[in-house]
Amino acid sequence: MRRSGNEREGRLASRAVQATFLIALVALWYLATTRWRVSPLLLPNPAVVLRDFWEILRTGEFLGDLRVTLTELAAAFAIAASCGVVVGYLISRSQYRMRVFEPLFAGIYSVPIILFLPLYVLFFGLGPASKIALGATIGFFPIALNTVAGFGYVDRVLVVAARSMGASDLQLFRYVLLPAALPIILTGMRMGFTVALLSIIGSETIASLAGLGHRIVHLAEGMEMAPMFAYIAFVVAIAAILNVLVSMLEARGRRP
Amino acid sequence: MTAASAWRRALRRPWAARIAVVVLLLGLWEVAARWWVDPMFLSPPSHVFASLPAVFDTRGVPAALRITFWELAVAFALSVAIGLTIGLAVGLQPFARKSFMPIILLLYGTPQVTILPLFILYFGIGPASKIAFGVSHGFFPIAMTIVAGVQNIKPILLTSARAMGASRWQTLRYVVFPHMIPSLFTGMRLAMTAVLLGVLLAELYVSTAGIGYFTTLFTQNFDPTRLLGLISVLAAMAIVLNEIVRRAEVHFGRWHTD
Repeated sequence: MRRSGNEREGRLASRAVQATFLIALVALWYLATTRWRVSPLLLPNPAVVLRDFWEILRTGEFLGDLRVTLTELAAAFAIAASCGVVVGYLISRSQYRMRVFEPLFAGIYSVPIILFLPLYVLFFGLGPASKIALGATIGFFPIALNTVAGFGYVDRVLVVAARSMGASDLQLFRYVLLPAALPIILTGMRMGFTVALLSIIGSETIASLAGLGHRIVHLAEGMEMAPMFAYIAFVVAIAAILNVLVSMLEARGRRP
Repeated sequence: MTAASAWRRALRRPWAARIAVVVLLLGLWEVAARWWVDPMFLSPPSHVFASLPAVFDTRGVPAALRITFWELAVAFALSVAIGLTIGLAVGLQPFARKSFMPIILLLYGTPQVTILPLFILYFGIGPASKIAFGVSHGFFPIAMTIVAGVQNIKPILLTSARAMGASRWQTLRYVVFPHMIPSLFTGMRLAMTAVLLGVLLAELYVSTAGIGYFTTLFTQNFDPTRLLGLISVLAAMAIVLNEIVRRAEVHFGRWHTD
């Protein structure tokens, strides 16, 4: 009884510390822009940023860029997920193929693939195609590797037992392999989704014609700091919402 | 007949087959680039290899590679120092861990690339902004693995150290630090990947003397041979750096697997 009370107190205390920390951060930011006269070209007033944030939400001017980014993300993830799962499944069907391809994929995955962005821009132009291609490439590897891990390391006993009870190939896949592999594949898909989102916003920042990353760069080049901060907050919020959604889908898919 | 069976026997070894796959892909690329694809966009690997000396002879490229390497090294060193400090500061105190770990996780989860333009505004277009952006990616994994490593020390070890009369410093020196080493090296491996990503992102975004300047230059001149050459050199650099920290992780993490 007393112990749980202590625990609750402890949790409250750490919540209080967190809140104090964040409030202190915003207060410092506010003081820096008003009292200490940091140039608004470096740090805009938080109140102005907040106003611009609501302005962006109210006018809906973000819709065009958001649509571009989300379309790129959806296309990239669809390609990465379908190719990753198919390739991963084909590789996982034999020990030999797993031993050949797994280190190969892991090796390629350890190279920062963002390096190839200039090549992709050369091949696919500045438009959405180069972002989709890059996002698909970067998202492919975690999905394929996790699919291999999911299908490749199913307990042999389960497979043998199902076979001895007379399961067909389809039944084996549907009732043994898939349920065993699904949680790991879903984790791979969440990882692939996250890195695809990051690489798409990143490539929009580096070279693009439209999209949320492009909008932030555009505002930065115009030194419009307050709307830029507002857009950064907006993109961070969108990314957080997407990540939470994907994690929820993953958790739901894991449930048997 | 014997040649064919010798081939088949060689391919039975996974590493041989792996090399065969790579050679096959390079061959496909060579054929595609020579006969099908516009040479403005893709050049065959043989040309890329042959042009590697030309890449290094391009005025400014060796200096740019050197600058990028230094940016990576400095960003990595700073990441380790900052990550270690924050990780210990947050991890050693249960209350600090409970309070600040959620904030660290929250910050780690945000896409940092959205604030890349801010780094350029604050730190300029020189190496400083690349280093700062690399550090902003690199210190998180180290801080988090340190916190996890400190947290996973068996309480009985701390209790028995205390019972044998160890001072706070002695507990840190002989119990906490040795147990932290494996997670520190795991963190360093993750941090190297992150630092590479951060520095290269910033380089590609804007650069006056680093490799980002040359990738833009080669792209705009439709010079895929030299672009591919430069990218291969950088990829090789990334692989070597990743391999060094991976080896270090295996080496220093071993004693812990009891």
